[in-house]
Amino acid sequence: MVASTLGNNGAKARVEDEIFGRGRDLRGSGFRTLLLSCLGVSLLVLVVLMVQVVSDGWSVLSTRPIDFLTGVLRSQPGDDALGISQGLVGSFWIAVFVTFLAFPVGIAAAVYLEEYAKQNRVTTIIDTAVRNLAGVPSVVYGLLGLFLLVKGSKYTNWLFVHPFNWFWKLFKDEAAFQGQSTLIAGGMTLAILVLPIVIITAAEAIRAVPSSLRQGAYGVGATKWDVIRTQVLPYAAPGILTGTLLSLSRAIGEAAPLILVGAITGRLAPRESVLSGIGSFTEQFADKFTAMPIVIVGWIRQPGETFQPAAGAAIVVLLILVIAMNSVAVALRNYFEKKRG
Amino acid sequence: MVEANPPIDEIAKGVRMSIDSSDMAPAAALDTPEQISADDLVFDVSDLSVYYGDFRAVRDVNMLIKRKEITALIGPSGCGKSTVLRSFNRMNDLIPTARVEGDLLYRGVDLYDPRVDPVEVRRRIGMVFQKPNPFPKSIYDNVAYGPRVAGKKKGLDDVVESSLKKAALWDEVKDRLQESAIGMSGGQQQRLSIARAIASDPEVLLMDEPCSALDPIATARIEELMAELKDEYTILIVTHNMQQAARVSDRTAFFSVQVDEANDRRTGLLVEYTNTEKLFSNPDDERTENYITGRFG
Repeated sequence: MVASTLGNNGAKARVEDEIFGRGRDLRGSGFRTLLLSCLGVSLLVLVVLMVQVVSDGWSVLSTRPIDFLTGVLRSQPGDDALGISQGLVGSFWIAVFVTFLAFPVGIAAAVYLEEYAKQNRVTTIIDTAVRNLAGVPSVVYGLLGLFLLVKGSKYTNWLFVHPFNWFWKLFKDEAAFQGQSTLIAGGMTLAILVLPIVIITAAEAIRAVPSSLRQGAYGVGATKWDVIRTQVLPYAAPGILTGTLLSLSRAIGEAAPLILVGAITGRLAPRESVLSGIGSFTEQFADKFTAMPIVIVGWIRQPGETFQPAAGAAIVVLLILVIAMNSVAVALRNYFEKKRG
Repeated sequence: MVEANPPIDEIAKGVRMSIDSSDMAPAAALDTPEQISADDLVFDVSDLSVYYGDFRAVRDVNMLIKRKEITALIGPSGCGKSTVLRSFNRMNDLIPTARVEGDLLYRGVDLYDPRVDPVEVRRRIGMVFQKPNPFPKSIYDNVAYGPRVAGKKKGLDDVVESSLKKAALWDEVKDRLQESAIGMSGGQQQRLSIARAIASDPEVLLMDEPCSALDPIATARIEELMAELKDEYTILIVTHNMQQAARVSDRTAFFSVQVDEANDRRTGLLVEYTNTEKLFSNPDDERTENYITGRFG
């Protein structure tokens, strides 16, 4: 049979007519364009925001960057030492509070909920409650901080104030912490704020541990504690770490609860550096405080040529801090996931 | 405290297997309870049922399991053979609603006695799972895992070496013990799982479809390995593969499923338990015959 006969050509033409694409998937390409434009709008908003903020703060960032980092708060335009040093120190200590209060408590709660608690109605209710708490507006946590930690009462003080006084007496003779608008109140408020987020992310990371690992460990005679220590926590570590670091950047960026707790927006005595010894930081803990978002809110509310550029510059610094923390989170997760194999 | 082994005549009460001795050549007969000496009787299962909540998943399990033999559990999907296997080292404890009824004696001790520590049970009765499940650790740490959680700190190198040798894996991995076990082939991972189980120095190995995720060559290696391990360990294996059961095992238990018309629930039950050779050549029960000749299941 010769391929180039007329009959065969006719058959070929018919098949070509049937199977050659017509490029007619209009709905598909329309959908794709819609998705792309949504992505574009999101990115555009972000770019506009960044450009706006950087150009606002450029006059400060370009002329006196170091001076701005070491300068202090004040309420009147005038001399040149305006800066964010107190905000940086305050945000640093808030991060420390969140790290040492919210992370251990949250991770421990998640381990208990996932590994030990019986699955019944009570745990379902607790689970739902924790999820709802993570969605509660941060102002509400500010109110909680205001009434529990700042105002206090003879009942709540036993839980939230007295423990700090005992801790205090290790360093100082007199009990210094009496509630009020101190760094302790602010740090604890934000620690409580991120606690549900830490619990949820840690619980999800623990739930993602393959059951084959648990079974394998139980199958060679591991106890529950062995399984949690040698299988569950190492496997869940990258996920827990990412979740907790992301919640830390959330805490660093919160302004509303700190306003209610009474962070300072106006004049504040210069804070000593984080590195200047235990004595200085115990004093700072029981003193008035401010933090980066509070500094920004305060300056934006001020009129005049001095404060607006400073607010822009402070936003840039805060953004860099948060982006750096999130990058560290991603890098650590990748490192541990690679190590996990 | 561990109870003393019950006397043999006590074990012998009641005939537990459906053997019609007239059908069998005497040499092929399964040892009757009287014939297994106390030293050789590892498991004595009578009227065992396993429940998930109110649902009876499997019933009528009566088996005597002899030391240093391979016992295969076969049957169609959903017949409860894995459930039964997992009750032998109390892995079913991990499922909150699971419970057993009846007697499951290991060396004369009821495994479900409240005084029994399931962790200690699993050290003596190790388990290999269907899907190879190496821990995301080094090969060395995988094998040393069992001894380490048992508190052993010294002599781990020797345990790791001898376990890997027994699992026929030593020559392939001796130069890369510190590398991650995740990079091994499926067959190697499954032999690693066997080495990991052996390292805890168990008496019994439970294998839950250990070859179902492996290719024929890796399967053949595991089967060879089982024949070697039989010199030292009592092995129970669940398998979908009837040829595998016929090749490797000394005795075979055939499980089947009974569907309850009223509520459409499927309960597994032990139909026949006898010498492998007899079960595959001349089974007593019609259901067994139908299954091994491919007429059902």
